[in-house]
Amino acid sequence: MKGALELLQRVSAHADASCWYVAWNPAGTLLASCGGDRAIRIWGKEGDSWECKCVLADGHQRTVRKVAWSPCGKYLASASFDATTCIWKKTDDDFESLTVLEGHENEVKCVAWAPSGNLLATCSRDKSVWIWEVDKEDEYECVSVVNSHTQDVKHVVWHPTRKLLASASYDNKVCIYKEEDDDWECRATLEGHESTVWSLAFDPEGQRLASCSDDRTVKIWKESTPGDGSTDESWKCVCNLSGCHERPVYDVAWCRLTGALATACGDDGVRVFREDPTADPEQPVFFMSAHVPKAHGQDINCVSWNPKEAGLLATCSDNGEFAIWKYNSDS
Amino acid sequence: MEEKALEVYDVIRTIRDPEKPNTLEELDVVTEKCVEVQELGDEEYLIIIRFSPTVPHCSLATLIGLCLQVKLQRCLPFKHKLEIYITEGTHSTEEDINKQINDKERVAAAMENPSLREMVEQCVTEPDD
Repeated sequence: MKGALELLQRVSAHADASCWYVAWNPAGTLLASCGGDRAIRIWGKEGDSWECKCVLADGHQRTVRKVAWSPCGKYLASASFDATTCIWKKTDDDFESLTVLEGHENEVKCVAWAPSGNLLATCSRDKSVWIWEVDKEDEYECVSVVNSHTQDVKHVVWHPTRKLLASASYDNKVCIYKEEDDDWECRATLEGHESTVWSLAFDPEGQRLASCSDDRTVKIWKESTPGDGSTDESWKCVCNLSGCHERPVYDVAWCRLTGALATACGDDGVRVFREDPTADPEQPVFFMSAHVPKAHGQDINCVSWNPKEAGLLATCSDNGEFAIWKYNSDS
Repeated sequence: MEEKALEVYDVIRTIRDPEKPNTLEELDVVTEKCVEVQELGDEEYLIIIRFSPTVPHCSLATLIGLCLQVKLQRCLPFKHKLEIYITEGTHSTEEDINKQINDKERVAAAMENPSLREMVEQCVTEPDD
């Protein structure tokens, strides 16, 4: 099942700065990029090529590290090294700054919208994860501050169907959070990585979690219910992809449409892994289906599957570029 | 490879120590031997630097590491990946410092901190820049 990645377009998005993250809107028609030039750019397709539709340049005082679209596609959240998270509302051909969420003591490393649309999570170098609630009047309120990590928290991601959150940290661990009596708390800690965990992705059904790390591995974790009837969650590492990446793995993305797993690596390469359908579900096997060794001229920071068009993939790099690829599973 | 190592050393030897009015070379914080170069293929090289800070202070060691990162990123003309470490046995919190220096997100954020940036600029700017 050898696949191939075809380059469709390469765009110089953030001049003289790193492009840190790219995110597709839920409709799959727009791509938001953000970077070290402190700007967010929104890209849309005009004919065959991706063009810049608007620039959000005055929202942050420092690097914009990540951006996230709300499930309805009308809002965009941006997380910045300036310690704030900005919420933008989409108007016909532009975005306006709706509100600025403050509270973290230093750099915000990630922002993620829950599938329900009324919860937001942020995380920071201040070691905390904050959960925010949004009400019908577009008012944001922090409902929980959780301090489960002992170091910088790099990434947060929501479960696709359940009210469950996962976070990845410089402390080499992954935490899983659930709501208990109106308060969010850490219910499980996943240990195994030997260095910073940079990113996380749930599989389409939400049964497994992929984590990627500075230790050059990608691990797949599966939830297991203990036989003694207790309600404590535990997650076991059921697969370890090692020896495939030569430098830190900065991002991992699990395609909702095809189940393919993509990785962004500090060796400038983008890789796509497929699951062996004949393997035991408790011991999944992944093999590398496609690999572009020098996808960009520098480290790849992010990889993102288009939510509507199967096989369409975006990557972005420290050289300020993003690229759009078409992945074919049989070539 | 020796030539490449010398090219790298030429860039770092003139970095000034954050506290003393001397260069890193003069204080033996870096030496020619502290630079290791490996070919990654296709005109790209992996550079490994092992430096020995003069004092055990964490913040100074991290600052020197930051100066090394910044100057090399700016001045090396060839494609490279960089790893910077404190020489083994020279510091009690080696692992902590090494982890911080090699976390590019932490390095980028540190350089957006005005006072840290100012200190780094003072150490890495050549007199005729």
